[in-house]
Amino acid sequence: MSTHAPAESKYRNPILGFAARWLLTTNHKEIGTLYLWLSFVLFFIAGALAMLIRLELFQPGIQLVQPEFYNQLLTMHGLIMVFGAVMPAFVGLANWQIPMMIGAPDMALPRLNNFSFWILPFAFTLMLSSLFMEGGAPNFGWTFYAPLSTTYGPPSTDFFIFAIHMMGISSVLGSINIIVTILNLRAPGMTLMKMPLFVWTWLITAFLLIMVMPVLAGVVTMMLTDRHFGTSFFEAAGGGDPVLFQHIFWFFGHPEVYILILPGFGIASQIIPTFSRKKLFGYHSMVYATISIAILSFVVWGHHMFTTGMPLATELFFMYATMLIAVPTGVKVFNWVATMWSGSITFETPMLFAIGFVIMFTIGGFSGLMLALVPADFQYHDTYFVVAHFHYVLYPGAIFGTMAAVYYWLPKWTGHMYNERLGKFHFWVAMIGVNLTFFPMHFSGLAGMPRRVVDYSLQFADFNMLSSIGAMLLGTTQVLFLYIVIKTIRGGEKASDQVWEGAEGLEWTVPSPAPLHTFETPPDLEHVLNLAHDLNAEGPGSNE
Amino acid sequence: MTSLADRLRTGLQVVLLCVFSSDSFAIEYDMRAGVTDLSQRVQGIHHMGFYVCVVVGIIVFGAMFYTMFAHRRSRHPQPAQFHESLTVEMIWTVIPILILIVMAIPATLALMEIEDNSNSDMTVLITASQWKWHYQYVEADIGYYSNIATPQDQIYNLEPKGVNYLLEVDRPLVLPTNKKIRFLTTSKDVIHSWWVPDFAVKQDAIPGFINEAWTRVDEPGVFRGQCTELCGKDHAFMPVVVEVIPEEEFDAWIADQRLAMALASETAVADRNKEWAMSELLPIGQNTFISHCATCHQTDGMGQGVKYPALAGSDITTGNIEDHLNRVMNGKEKTEMQAWAPQLTDLEIAAVITYERNSWGNDTGDVVQPMTVYSAR
Amino acid sequence: MSKAHNSQRKHTALLLMLAVGMFGFAFALVPLYAVFCELTGLNGKTSGQVAYTGPQTPVDDRVVTIQFLAQVGTGMPWEFRPMEHQLLVRPGTLYTTQFYVRNRASQPVTGQAIPSVSPGLAALHLHKTECFCFTQQQLAGGEEMEMPVTFFIDTDLPEDINVLSLSYTLYRVNPVQTAQVVSN
Repeated sequence: MSTHAPAESKYRNPILGFAARWLLTTNHKEIGTLYLWLSFVLFFIAGALAMLIRLELFQPGIQLVQPEFYNQLLTMHGLIMVFGAVMPAFVGLANWQIPMMIGAPDMALPRLNNFSFWILPFAFTLMLSSLFMEGGAPNFGWTFYAPLSTTYGPPSTDFFIFAIHMMGISSVLGSINIIVTILNLRAPGMTLMKMPLFVWTWLITAFLLIMVMPVLAGVVTMMLTDRHFGTSFFEAAGGGDPVLFQHIFWFFGHPEVYILILPGFGIASQIIPTFSRKKLFGYHSMVYATISIAILSFVVWGHHMFTTGMPLATELFFMYATMLIAVPTGVKVFNWVATMWSGSITFETPMLFAIGFVIMFTIGGFSGLMLALVPADFQYHDTYFVVAHFHYVLYPGAIFGTMAAVYYWLPKWTGHMYNERLGKFHFWVAMIGVNLTFFPMHFSGLAGMPRRVVDYSLQFADFNMLSSIGAMLLGTTQVLFLYIVIKTIRGGEKASDQVWEGAEGLEWTVPSPAPLHTFETPPDLEHVLNLAHDLNAEGPGSNE
Repeated sequence: MTSLADRLRTGLQVVLLCVFSSDSFAIEYDMRAGVTDLSQRVQGIHHMGFYVCVVVGIIVFGAMFYTMFAHRRSRHPQPAQFHESLTVEMIWTVIPILILIVMAIPATLALMEIEDNSNSDMTVLITASQWKWHYQYVEADIGYYSNIATPQDQIYNLEPKGVNYLLEVDRPLVLPTNKKIRFLTTSKDVIHSWWVPDFAVKQDAIPGFINEAWTRVDEPGVFRGQCTELCGKDHAFMPVVVEVIPEEEFDAWIADQRLAMALASETAVADRNKEWAMSELLPIGQNTFISHCATCHQTDGMGQGVKYPALAGSDITTGNIEDHLNRVMNGKEKTEMQAWAPQLTDLEIAAVITYERNSWGNDTGDVVQPMTVYSAR
Repeated sequence: MSKAHNSQRKHTALLLMLAVGMFGFAFALVPLYAVFCELTGLNGKTSGQVAYTGPQTPVDDRVVTIQFLAQVGTGMPWEFRPMEHQLLVRPGTLYTTQFYVRNRASQPVTGQAIPSVSPGLAALHLHKTECFCFTQQQLAGGEEMEMPVTFFIDTDLPEDINVLSLSYTLYRVNPVQTAQVVSN
């Protein structure tokens, strides 16, 4: 095993050396770090846009931003959060953890790994630069429905299209790498059904990505040709159909929302057993549930389009298929509760975030079930009820999931324990913030407030003020998270190799901080895991 | 008439608010029951979904909080060892499926009724454009535009906001009670969505295609909704107002509209036969500009960026009159600049063009007569 | 070692092919959607020209109302309206109705009408033997015209449909666009 220090640089100039190290790195841990920092930066940018949105909505009337710019804000907030904050964060976690969790020395295709990361900064620079262009940034929502985005889109739409192409290429290549790594580089003895759940969920996510990102690339390509090369895919005037756009988009879009959530499932399935000091309940059913969710995600896209004038039979099909998703999702939630049941639970920050994730994700799942009921969906559709729903699913699932993972593995990455008191404080403020921001949105939606409006009538004023106050709180608290992370990187209590007494898995058998190169010779799985078991069987230790 | 009904309703709500605090909760926090059979059934389905979720939530969260309390390490130092049970997995797979089937039945039945558009008594064609609605009574062959009536000054906080802030229009859609009304929706530009929560009707308006929905309202009243599909800059400013009047008054209303149209065309004839002075046209033009054009081109004629060009010193407003007339009357393809010929009178178009050619430093001195507009129609 | 490498290379190649295949699939969805619409009447797309094979036996004395609607796209300087707003028709019988169109501009303009039928299901049973929407129309400056549609509704029209609407939206055809326009 090599030392922790980065490989000796051949550059004399320290700046060149630094740049070369990060630009040319093929190490999965360094690339993972790059992904995580990129996602962190974009998370703050997209968050700042959300703060502007909530400030404007603090009161009825137009105070801060003009309607045209407001639409740009909500579009960029959605796009950057989905493609810039959440997806790179999960890929970063995959890069750091998957090789360590399956006992592999690195990703299978290290140079491809470097390439798929370094596309992203360019893609997002391109995307964000559109904010400063004449005519403004894309202003048609992250769903970019035609013809608002084609015939009526601002000139910057073309930059948006190319940015989507670039991040699509990055995602597909990254996913290929993850699948090839998981299929080929597992330590001897680690069968598929012995893989940690985080690896399983990522394997499934990667397949989803490979199958739907090209469809997204296809649909933006059609937009491009509609805009500039005289085709009429989505233009009624030329014999096309705007609704076709929605079908293709949501064929990508629905699996995409599971892409944003499945790794979060995996993270919760790692953390809850650790802090319950009990094995994950129903490992097999967890795997099968994840697979069924992934498969079902391909046949429910129509539930985003109930008001586009579908025939009755199609509506019924999509309603039933969507309701069916509640079954495997329910199984997962029940399994997590059963994992905690009769355990010996402690509430360190990762566990708090994981529990917060389960509770709020379940609430989001409930409103999802309600949205599946077509007659009621006619009332919910495109109102703040939907905004509340998907933020309840995505904030806990993707953001809380990632934060739980960062608190959980940060001691392994840096060799330092984070400040537990600050971590818990961060959790509680974030929890209050999320609920204060998004819970009132259910009510404003039910009361009839459409989404994506820059201004609203007086009856919605109270709920919006609450949401805005919650959003400010939630936004501010993430600065604390940044502080905690930086503080932990720079120092802090020394973390043991095991870190968490109840934790199982190969990543806990390597030193903390994890050296740049781990498992250059495959670990002896039997030996390692039995050792961990023995440690566990001795009962609660005191090495916390 | 209806404003009285409106006031009574509001008064009733206020009384209810004061007497039953629980009712005030329902009014503010719940999906509204609406005023049609179907909207009430839809609310029932919403309640069913909600209560199922509440019960399941109490069970799941109850178990979670119990275990967090009872099985925390200080009380329960030795964890149990179990980690799978096929029986339990079967139970919590099958029970949710049964619950879902029970939920699907009323939803399916209601949906079948919602989608049954047959045997309608009248048809209204709703055409959306950025950012207004046009209502066409297909059988009666009359139609008109419905624009937001909230003044810009209220939106920009320069004057106090009214009770129906953002939910008021110049001409509401008028419908009779007790008739099955079939709505056809379509759009001239981007996708919009016509929503009246009290009818539980939300239907996308898609350019080039028509969709249908229906309603039957038993009680007269005024019902308000909004556009619910992001349709560009002024998506938030595209309200829907429907005034339902007793069915026996509806024929009279239609006759009134016919009369008004006849009067309007008489006025139009008189207007276009008159020679107008610039001083007469400018104030009319300014009003027309402020209510229809200023949201994009701005009151100072400076526009907003490349999408909404400035009219001060532009090629169109200072160039050839015929091009200017053509742009205003027919709009510009693939932009928000729509065709105003069907929306404005000859006098209004003549006045607004005269105003644009003689304001903000444009000093062409041109006066466009309504007759010129009429002959271009 | 080389065996492991081979397997990696194989997996990478397969996954790349999957990605490329899915990119193609996005485009395949376009014709698939058209077929799906044709089968289910989704979106009320009417099919092209059909031949009329003589009167079908009308079922009972069933009479159906068909409404005609006309829309003009933005930037299209044409007046466009149906000559009659609705017609009572018997399924199985051939009818003709006219649409009035006038070019308000002083120069020639070409237009293409795009049909849509509601309810969508009815589109499967509305057959046009002749329609101005099959081809592009060109009008000289100030020219006016009556354009015919000849159609019949087949006797398989579902019982519960008694009112249907046939809508045309007239769009301006730009010289650049001409080649790509799909005639319906």
